[in-house]
Amino acid sequence: MTVGKDVSALFPDVVNCMQTDNLELKKLVYLYLMNYAKSQPDMAIMAVNTFVKDCEDPNPLIRALAVRTMGCIRVDKITEYLCEPLRKCLKDEDPYVRKTAAVCVAKLHDINAQLVEDQGFLDTLKDLISDSNPMVVANAVAALSEIAESHPNSNLLDLNPQTINKLLTALNECTEWGQIFILDCLANYTPRDDRESQSICERVTPRLSHANSAVVLSAVKVLMKFMEMLPKDLDYYGTLLKKLAPPLVTLLSAEPELQYVALRNINLIVQRRPEIMKHEMKVFFVKYNDPIYVKLEKLDIMIRLASQANIAQVLAELKEYATEVDVDFVRKAVRAIGRCAIKVEQSAERCVSTLLDLIQTKVNYVVQEAIVVIKDIFRKYPNKYESVIATLCENLDSLDEPEARAAMIWIVGEYAERIDNADELLESFLEGFHDESTQVQLQLLTAIVKLFLKKPTETQELVQQVLSLATQDSDNPDLRDRGYIYWRLLSTDPVAAKEVVLAEKPLISEETDLIEPTLLEELICHIGTLASVYHKPPSAFVEGSRGVQHKRLPGSAGSGESADSPETTSTAGVSDAPPAVIPSQGDLLGDLLNLDLTPTTAGPPPPAPSSGMQLGGMDLLGGGLDSLLGGDLGGTPAIGAGFGAAPAAVPASFSAPVSGGLDDLFDLGGGVGMPMGAYSPPKSVWLQAMKAKGLEISGTFARRAGVIQMEMTLTNKAMSVMTDFAIQFNRNSFGLSPAGPLQVLTPLSPNQSIEVALPLNNSGPVMKMDPLNNLQVAVKNNIDVFYFSCQYPISMLFVEDGKMERQIFLATWKDIPNDNESQFQIKDCHLSSDAASNKLQGSNIFTIAKRTVDGQDMLYQSMKLSNGIWVLAELRIQAGNPNYTVSLKCRAAEVSQCVFQSYEAVLKN
Amino acid sequence: MQADAALRRSPGLRACGRLQKQHFSSASLPPVRMIHSLFLINASGDIFLEKHWKSVVSRSVCDYFFEAQERASEPENVPPVIPTPHHYLISVLRHRIYFVAVIQSEVPPLFVIEFLHRVVDTFQDYFGVCTEAAIKDNVVVVYELLEEMLDNGFPLATESNILKELIKPPTILRTMVNTITGSTNVGEQLPTGQLSVVPWRRTGVKYTNNEAYFDVVEEIDAIIDKSGSTITAEIQGVIDACVKLTGMPDLTLSFMNPRLLDDVSFHPCVRFKRWEAERILSFIPPDGNFRLLSYHVSSQNLVAIPVYVKHNITFREGSSQGRFDLTLGPKQTMGKVVESVLVSSQLPRGVLNVNLNPSQGTYTFDPVTKLLSWDVGKINPQKLPSLKGTMSLQAGASKPDENPTFNIQFKIQQMAISGLKVNRLDMYGEKYKPFKGIKYMTKAGKFQVRT
Repeated sequence: MTVGKDVSALFPDVVNCMQTDNLELKKLVYLYLMNYAKSQPDMAIMAVNTFVKDCEDPNPLIRALAVRTMGCIRVDKITEYLCEPLRKCLKDEDPYVRKTAAVCVAKLHDINAQLVEDQGFLDTLKDLISDSNPMVVANAVAALSEIAESHPNSNLLDLNPQTINKLLTALNECTEWGQIFILDCLANYTPRDDRESQSICERVTPRLSHANSAVVLSAVKVLMKFMEMLPKDLDYYGTLLKKLAPPLVTLLSAEPELQYVALRNINLIVQRRPEIMKHEMKVFFVKYNDPIYVKLEKLDIMIRLASQANIAQVLAELKEYATEVDVDFVRKAVRAIGRCAIKVEQSAERCVSTLLDLIQTKVNYVVQEAIVVIKDIFRKYPNKYESVIATLCENLDSLDEPEARAAMIWIVGEYAERIDNADELLESFLEGFHDESTQVQLQLLTAIVKLFLKKPTETQELVQQVLSLATQDSDNPDLRDRGYIYWRLLSTDPVAAKEVVLAEKPLISEETDLIEPTLLEELICHIGTLASVYHKPPSAFVEGSRGVQHKRLPGSAGSGESADSPETTSTAGVSDAPPAVIPSQGDLLGDLLNLDLTPTTAGPPPPAPSSGMQLGGMDLLGGGLDSLLGGDLGGTPAIGAGFGAAPAAVPASFSAPVSGGLDDLFDLGGGVGMPMGAYSPPKSVWLQAMKAKGLEISGTFARRAGVIQMEMTLTNKAMSVMTDFAIQFNRNSFGLSPAGPLQVLTPLSPNQSIEVALPLNNSGPVMKMDPLNNLQVAVKNNIDVFYFSCQYPISMLFVEDGKMERQIFLATWKDIPNDNESQFQIKDCHLSSDAASNKLQGSNIFTIAKRTVDGQDMLYQSMKLSNGIWVLAELRIQAGNPNYTVSLKCRAAEVSQCVFQSYEAVLKN
Repeated sequence: MQADAALRRSPGLRACGRLQKQHFSSASLPPVRMIHSLFLINASGDIFLEKHWKSVVSRSVCDYFFEAQERASEPENVPPVIPTPHHYLISVLRHRIYFVAVIQSEVPPLFVIEFLHRVVDTFQDYFGVCTEAAIKDNVVVVYELLEEMLDNGFPLATESNILKELIKPPTILRTMVNTITGSTNVGEQLPTGQLSVVPWRRTGVKYTNNEAYFDVVEEIDAIIDKSGSTITAEIQGVIDACVKLTGMPDLTLSFMNPRLLDDVSFHPCVRFKRWEAERILSFIPPDGNFRLLSYHVSSQNLVAIPVYVKHNITFREGSSQGRFDLTLGPKQTMGKVVESVLVSSQLPRGVLNVNLNPSQGTYTFDPVTKLLSWDVGKINPQKLPSLKGTMSLQAGASKPDENPTFNIQFKIQQMAISGLKVNRLDMYGEKYKPFKGIKYMTKAGKFQVRT
């Protein structure tokens, strides 16, 4: 069995041995049962009686063993028999049995979740959090966490200050593993204020001295998260920062596997709070017999910690590494020198001279890497270090890797005017043009065109040669297109060509290899997990973690907005509509209200809305976006930008007023389809130029002719041309996704703006966002990928056929439980009920019926969201009173808040 | 990465659709927390033991591990976390055995690694050695242990004291008695200490000789550069204890200079509050061997380096000979003898063979792995040990690019290099007078000298 042999044939014989008094034999039989019961369910039934009997045994060890084993037998029939013994064991007098039973609830839940809920085991489990024995508490927390993971919305681990206090007490006394469970659970809690945050931190800090590294890292996670809430000027904040460094350093003296995990996490921590480790540079110095995975991580952290103060030390180390045996590591070390030069401006000169020293070693792969990074340094500090070009040119012949060749060619092309024999050099590359990789070919093409623009007289022949090679003899569409573009550009307007090809390039910066801030925040909340090892959000890659909630760091002291909003909505929902005036006539709507208000109709609540809200699943786009960043982390921060200069040369003549045309078209459609036009909020700035390397995006949403549009103004506030725009959405509540690519065909020159309308559809992946109408967007251009989030008015999603039949309206209104009703006030609105009705209709909110009672107009309205969710509304307008009351009923009560906002926006505009 | 490439290639963002498919295919799997299975793999790549705590995972999952193993140049270079389409493999290499844990969802990797270490320690504790042969010989005990250590993927009993009460370690005598009488290794009673406030100690301990020994062991990790100056040096210290005391003794241990200990990790038995307030270690010790505390003296403190190395290793361009000259000497040893000195180094690939002459000890050189190893023994300050001679290089080859690094091991008895000293050890709670002993030792950890 343990060595992989199938011994299931012995089943009946083994079961016969079960009633033995010999504990060892009993254990082995139980082991056997766990392995083979699934394959022989009928036979396994024979074992049930013994299990039930053992659960009553006077020896707690046997009771615990029996309940433990039963939970591991994944046979439905057995599970039913398990419930009673389990219930007893959960209340057993012996804590050893209780703690075993707590884990058993989690096992049972995994087999049959419904059963566990029906039997009320979850409540018993919650009670165990208050158990007197810390071990039992720890296991109950572990079991609840496991169950909560498969039910992201169940409010199982309802953390409040009392439970937190119990957990903190248990934390001091339970085993190391229990401490990990409790700390991980604590990390999910959001303290109410900075004082609570500080007191939790104080009680967690002793865990930093634990011998178990997993406990230490979990404690670091809790502290890193709660520290966000502490005011920075607090003394305690500084103390805490100081306390965090030693345990992290200690982790680095452990076994290499532990080191690796610790280093991956430290990498995150130094990005978030560089001050913690800033004096600890030396512990990251590489020992020659470290495993390669540890070496590479240490190197990465060294660069992150590099500053003016320690750069001399770092460079000396890096130079040492460049003479090591391991080729991969040497390459990374050389690249690291380049990254230091870009990061620490004062060190650039020293870095360049170090690189030149390394080039002198003539070790082939060192020279090639050095040339690649020197190219980046040129990009960062133009007109400073070009004197070294001569040295680089000496090594031209030894370059055999595409990246190094491409970098060298770029240098030659860029500085053609300073290199006397640039044409000869490039010509020598041209001889084997077709054997080169695409990267080199493209670079060669661009470099020769640059050369021609700089020295037109001598190089005409050369440029013609390369253009014909690229356009006529190549199968590569990228190369051919670029060739044609250059050709046409050169033949029509050489001045424009010069402006385009020799345009000033944006400077590169060291930020490119940092993790995007929101992702970093999420990862900080997941310190110590697989997510932190892979630097990806947990939702992006772990199977089966359905509906992982995106965790965010709590805001700093005083910001309680996240906690506020759900509360207000729920109170609105609970306070039922004030008894409406019931008319004497047996009018349909009167009946409706009448019935609705009588308590007898309170039936069982319908199941939670699942139609449109597929909660859970993996965060597809999240993963995609993060891996985008991951790509940049790979160590060539500047390469994308470096070669981006070439595509920037799309000729202006290609531009067609496509987007303008589209706009007109849609305007036309809008005019036909709607009497008044749907409400569209004014444009607001979504992405600030400061945060997006010069790209500013402002925009709004509109619904035109049944199509949701995202209308944006892109403004280039940077110094260089922007091209290659693309857009992608994160999964969102209503599955909004672009229906086509982002149509920005012309390059966006500096200070130019462009209007773009992006049609959207609802076929994208769905994930519930908070707030519901939040949309996370990634926009890419030739410079980088930028992220922003915006909120769309939910009225965009109201479809044109949202008018409900009166009868159905009535029935539905009755059918939706009162709990789902929420009431809102719209203040300062001076419209008559007809005008309001008209206005709302423009946004696909349809009035079905209207009644007037005692001078109060009641409008009954319906709307349907694009995912099929119906929202019913009652709008009460009292003549002369500028305050309207709107009651909303919907099966998915969480949309009410957004719908109300739309009401307000539509009515007031 | 895929999405990245796709985004750069085409503005159409096709990546989204592809990822979506993956999503739907995987969403149906149930979430399974914690450690799912354990495979033990020997150096030649055979799985010789498997244990599943939940459903059985096919051993073919290890193929991903073998792939990674093939890619790694050295056995220790296998990455500790390996993703596979449905699982994650977390492995540690100990005693030339890979312990590979299979997990299926988000589990803290350190949790798994720590647990694996605990498994290794337990095996070593039970069988004296942790080898394939020992594990195979005791397969029943191993299986019982693994079952006891983890329940449904949750660690259950990992304290050696508790385990030993549940499952008695095999000894020749007991095995014999068991064979004759038919009794077993399995304890029939619930371990007493398991649920008390001191889970690490069992009750009713009795000894005729009551003794408590503490070993202060420090390891120096250092990197010394060419010129002999220290680039980084730090000390990893531990206090290991062997306590055999009757009853429930309550010990306190105080230091002459506790300020040295600013970065410490304690055994759970140590009362943290007392330490914070008074810098005194107060604890009820576990029975037998345990690690009381480990500490770290960081590179920011001044760390004394007990040996120095003078070296002169040169290759001349165009010559097939290189010179090798190495001398060791003691410094800052406070009069103590540096012993068990062993120098090893990976010489450049270009070196074919060496012809060296040690002034003491013996040396070996493996022409295949290029590993030079010199067993020096004691360093006599009056007559410094040296190793001199020539290296023969490949004829006609250019001079090697890389500089060898020397790895030095040594031991110094009766001294803790950080200067840590125990002041006194007191016992409360019991009446007898125990025998107390404290030993100091300094060792080289990762002590490297660059040339």
